Amino acid sequence: MSQLVFAYFAGMIIAASVLVVALKNPVYSALSLLVMFFHVAGLFVTLHAEFLAAVQIIVYAGAILVLYLFVVMILNVKQDDRYHNQWRIAGFVCIPLMMEAMVLLSGGAETRTAGSQAVLGPSAQAIAPDNTFAIGQTLFSTYLFPFEVASLVLLVAMIGAIVLAKREIGEQDDPSPMVQTKAVE
Amino acid sequence: MTIPISYYLILSGIVFLTGIVGVLIRRNIIAILLSVELMLNATNINFVAFSDYFRDLGGQVFVFFALTVAAAEVAVGLAIIIALHRSRSTINIEEFNLLKW
Repeated sequence: MSQLVFAYFAGMIIAASVLVVALKNPVYSALSLLVMFFHVAGLFVTLHAEFLAAVQIIVYAGAILVLYLFVVMILNVKQDDRYHNQWRIAGFVCIPLMMEAMVLLSGGAETRTAGSQAVLGPSAQAIAPDNTFAIGQTLFSTYLFPFEVASLVLLVAMIGAIVLAKREIGEQDDPSPMVQTKAVE
Repeated sequence: MTIPISYYLILSGIVFLTGIVGVLIRRNIIAILLSVELMLNATNINFVAFSDYFRDLGGQVFVFFALTVAAAEVAVGLAIIIALHRSRSTINIEEFNLLKW
């Protein structure tokens, strides 16, 4: 049963991520990325990470993807997007990586159980049934300093986005950017 | 009846390679950023799978930090795209060859 669930989620994740790359219209790419996010959240639920599944849906599907769609619709992209002619470089990068992954996975199969026992030994602790409570305790005790650094990263990103995307002062006499791009076309 | 962790590694490897191929072959900057999101999600799958495997919550906490970095990357990246589109009125990366040798 659990293997069937995993096969469904994995198949949908792979199909949706291939569609993200393959579809020409950016709106369709973003929507298939939405499908992929939901299935990754489902995979998180089967891995006992319920809080992360909720965060995945809220942050990725609710915030990040809406931002993408917003920008796609602001920019009013024409559909002349063809594939880049870097197929050879992509093949050179990806085929050795894929072969390396296959070799590592097939070679590491027999040593996996012994190694995992060694790592699991003393520091193994059961994941608490209340996933949110356990994550909160870990986040605010062990990872308190990285948490503060993450807030700083978000602040810098917010300031940077505002500075990069705001118009210049002298540019403000034409109110709508759409009119400007239409005139250029 | 549990799933071996190598299945999760293969899944995350496939998704990551799809993201790399997308970054290399797409010409639309928005599609390139979407492929970067694919790669970040592949690492998140890895983190959560190992967190469940080792019974350690550190992996799930690191997914939070990856999420933070993804949000920051999206905000700054889309702001850069808007600024580029305002100056050149295109988002095809073939047009941005100022730094190409």
